[in-house]
Amino acid sequence: MKTMNEMRLVFASRSANEGFARSAVSAFVAQLDPAVDELADLRTAVSEAVTNCIVHAYKDTIGDIFINVQLFENGRVMVRVRDRGCGIPDVKKALEPLYTTGGEDRSGLGFSVMESFMDTMKVRSTVGKGTTVTMEKYIRIRRRRDDAL
Amino acid sequence: MDVKETTEQAVTTVYLAGELDHHNAAPLRERVDDTVQKRHPKLLVLDFSGITFMDSSGIGFVMGRYKLMLSMGGRLQVRGASPRMEKVMRLAGLERLPIWSGKDEVQ
Ligand SMILES: Nc1ncnc2c1ncn2[C@@H]1O[C@H](COP(=O)(O)OP(=O)(O)OP(=O)(O)O)[C@@H](O)[C@H]1O
Ligand SMILES: [Mg+2]
Repeated sequence: MKTMNEMRLVFASRSANEGFARSAVSAFVAQLDPAVDELADLRTAVSEAVTNCIVHAYKDTIGDIFINVQLFENGRVMVRVRDRGCGIPDVKKALEPLYTTGGEDRSGLGFSVMESFMDTMKVRSTVGKGTTVTMEKYIRIRRRRDDAL
Repeated sequence: MDVKETTEQAVTTVYLAGELDHHNAAPLRERVDDTVQKRHPKLLVLDFSGITFMDSSGIGFVMGRYKLMLSMGGRLQVRGASPRMEKVMRLAGLERLPIWSGKDEVQ
C-alpha cells in the first residue's frame, strides 16, 4: 500500500510539548476524517509515548524527540516515536502492565494504554542508544476522498 | 490548569479542568495535596466534568490521591468522568476501587 502523506517532527523533551505533540499528530491525521473516538485513541497513545521519552528516556536531561507519521490509502496510520535516551534494558519486562521504574506518580500502564488504543505496537530499544515505539491504527474510511490525493 | 475548589463541612470538592497529562498533573497534585493537608477533609471529591483529556498520568494522579486520603483516614470520590476517561481508568482497574459516586459509576 502506497504512502499517501507523511510528516516528521522534532522537538525538545520538555513536558509542555506533550500537548503540542498530541495536537500536531491529530491535526495531521484529521485529513483522513477519522471518528472522534479514533482520534482520541491516537492522541492518548501519542501522549503516552512522548511522556515516556520525557520522563524515562531523558530523565535528568533534555534531548530531541522524533515523531514520524505516515498515512496510507487504506486508512492505515503509522506513528513512530523515537528518542536517543537511556534505552530499556528489558523490553519484555517494561511491557508488563504495572511495571514501572518511575516511582509513585507513575502507574506502569503507558504501554498497556498504547497497546489497547492502537491496533499494533512494537518497541525497539538499545541501552545507551535510545528507544523507538512504532504504532499503527486503522482509521475506518467513511467517504471517498478524491481531493485528498 | 484551571482549578476551583470548595470545602463544606468535611467535604472538599476539587473541580478539575483541562487536559490531565504528565505536564499538568504535577502542579495539580501539589495544589490538591496542599488543600488536603490544610483542611483534613473526611471526603475528597474529584470532579472530572471539566477534563477534556487524560492519559496514564491521570491514573497515577487518582491512585496517589486515593492512597493519600486512605492514609489520612479519609475517603476519595471520583465523579463526572466521561466515557472516554472511564475507558482509561478501566485499564487500570480503577472501577474496582470504592471511589465512584452513584450514577457516575464505571460499568
Ligand atoms: N522511551 C523510554 N526510554 C526509556 N525507558 C522507557 C521508555 N519508555 C518506557 N520505558 C520504561 O518502561 C517502563 C514502563 O513504561 P510505561 O509507560 O508502561 O509505564 P510508566 O511510564 O512507568 O508509567 P505510566 O505510563 O503509567 O505513567 C517505564 O517505567 C520505563 O522503565
Ligand atoms: Mg509511561
